[in-house]
Amino acid sequence: MNFERLKEKLEILADAAKYDVSCSSSGGTRKNKKGALGDSSVSGICHTYTEDGRCVSLLKILLTNHCIYDCAYCVSRSSNDIKRAAFTVEEVTDLTINFYRRNYIEGLFLSSGIFKNADTTMERLVRVAKKLRLEENFNGYIHLKSIPGASDELMQEAALYADRLSINLEIPTESGLKLLAPEKNRQDMLNPMKYIQNGIAQYKDEKKIFRKVPKFAPAGQSTQMIVGATNENDLQIIKVADHFYKNFNLKRVYYSGYVPVLEDKRLPSLTTEVPILRENRLYQSDWLMRFYGFKAEEILDPNMPFLDLEVDPKLSWALRHLHQFPVNLQTADYQMILRIPGIGVKTAKKIVSARRFQVLNMDHLKKLGAAVNRAKYFIDFNAGNAYLKYLTDKNFRKLLVGGSSSKFHNQFSQQLSLF
Amino acid sequence: MYTLKLNIRSIQLKTLKLQNPITHKLNMTTLLYDGSFDGLFTAVFEVFEYRYKEVEIVNKERFHQENIFAEIHEVITRNDKAERVLNKLEQHIGQSGIHELLKVYLSEHPESEHLILSAVKQSIKHPDENILQNYADSDILKISKICKSVSRERHRMTAFVRFEKMQDGVFFAKIDPDFDVLPLIRKHFKDRYQDQKWMIYDLRRNYGILYDLESCDFFYPEEKLDLHQYQQKFHDDENNYQKLWQRYFTKTNIVERKNLKLHVQHVPKRYWKYLTEKR
Repeated sequence: MNFERLKEKLEILADAAKYDVSCSSSGGTRKNKKGALGDSSVSGICHTYTEDGRCVSLLKILLTNHCIYDCAYCVSRSSNDIKRAAFTVEEVTDLTINFYRRNYIEGLFLSSGIFKNADTTMERLVRVAKKLRLEENFNGYIHLKSIPGASDELMQEAALYADRLSINLEIPTESGLKLLAPEKNRQDMLNPMKYIQNGIAQYKDEKKIFRKVPKFAPAGQSTQMIVGATNENDLQIIKVADHFYKNFNLKRVYYSGYVPVLEDKRLPSLTTEVPILRENRLYQSDWLMRFYGFKAEEILDPNMPFLDLEVDPKLSWALRHLHQFPVNLQTADYQMILRIPGIGVKTAKKIVSARRFQVLNMDHLKKLGAAVNRAKYFIDFNAGNAYLKYLTDKNFRKLLVGGSSSKFHNQFSQQLSLF
Repeated sequence: MYTLKLNIRSIQLKTLKLQNPITHKLNMTTLLYDGSFDGLFTAVFEVFEYRYKEVEIVNKERFHQENIFAEIHEVITRNDKAERVLNKLEQHIGQSGIHELLKVYLSEHPESEHLILSAVKQSIKHPDENILQNYADSDILKISKICKSVSRERHRMTAFVRFEKMQDGVFFAKIDPDFDVLPLIRKHFKDRYQDQKWMIYDLRRNYGILYDLESCDFFYPEEKLDLHQYQQKFHDDENNYQKLWQRYFTKTNIVERKNLKLHVQHVPKRYWKYLTEKR
């Protein structure tokens, strides 16, 4: 094998794939067969982290960065003058297997620029997955990109070999998509997604009746939206995410702060900073919807369609609903304990089980892992709580913001520094 | 069933001399055990058998006599005694509870024996409750914290082990974990790599796991493995794949989003020397 050439290809095609945020390897249930290679860990494993702090779980590459489309936001767009390369099916499987054997990765995340047409591209992606499963006996994680417009037959085959499938919506609104990617249309993206969703539902039904049913995209589907490339507001983004969680049963929606890579008058200028803080707030909202029992409408109200950059969305909700506080730790239900700022899912669970043994006080709370600097204002202890008087103080918000410093404070200040 | 026969060739802990207030009381009995998991639970059994009140359990290898008034009782490991304790305990706190106590044991924490004894005592006192959930008790909270640390280290080892293919085709990995987590990761790697020979070797504790396509067992070399001229024994392809991986690692990074603080938080520096991509 020509390693120098392979290295060059890997550099080009990893570089082109890096804007895809998803690297999750969780939800795979594939068990190793006797004497074969690979076993999916349900919780997923991050084998390393890049210097930007992102998890590296999968070998994330494009099959090729040749593309017939000219989407404004994409580095691989056809009008962009960059080095192009393409892997052969053998090269991808060889890299995957050899990286996996050394415990570098959990599996493969394969995407591709669209060459010729949707079906030709999809067929090639499927061929890689098929070779890994059938010829290499590989039971690690495989994430394939669904190509917009791919036929049902190919999607069916893809779901048999892949653990997860995803299509990136990229632009949250249809009007934005029309502006930046005029050759793409939303319906082409929705069809394969719908097909997989139905397939998964059907699998679950059949599984109830038959003992052995071939796996069908066991780790489900996900999608990704670029944040800050067009002028949509946070409420729109959250609503779109909510819609897809509900109607397409997505496992994850990813948010990717737009990294300005191309000069184009339809896009923010090259000097714009990556909206990392906004992206973080969107993820926090996403978590509130998925793990904290918040509804999309509760996170933002229509008059204030952008997330507060100064405080996190849960604290922001609490500040808008002060009448629901203080909460009594001894008697409140789990759902309400979850809504106390500074208390996360794990701490909430610990509180609910520890309070059966004894009456909890502030000291316990700290030891159980709550962020007491925020939580202390919102909780009513049986023994009383001197901090409660601030709840009605009109400078309460200022007090809260002053009492904690954001981890983004220096690193990603919204203000441009001069030097 | 619970016979985890592990020779703890223990590290010399500097924090051994824990100033535990009870240590300095009179009428104190010190139970010395051989360092094994079964030995520890034999000792726990004997605490109840002989109705010791003021008692501490100490690993023989870490024992320094501090209290000249203490009576010393040497425990002879008996699997039947250990199993009686563990079986009883399982009824109260379940298998997951036992697993937590195992993690405390593997943590090599200077208080681990004390904490395990405390948990067993509490469990006997409240047989109907899973006392490991009483997080307001300081011993139980310590147990839960230790378990968290050990689990995190275990998880990190499943992620950070880097195999290197040797000339004889064996995939070899060196580790140096903070806690003795090898017994906790054996199954993970055994399930995953069934068609290649592999070996994971704990440099600090001088033992390892070897899978030879048939069985997957612990091995305890007499002397430290000779890692002299280690890289010369690499398989021909090894350096190439390492280079490919390093290039991939660099290229998949988004420079505009550089955040070294987060990077180091996720990949603490003490692991770097074993990570191919960080060398």
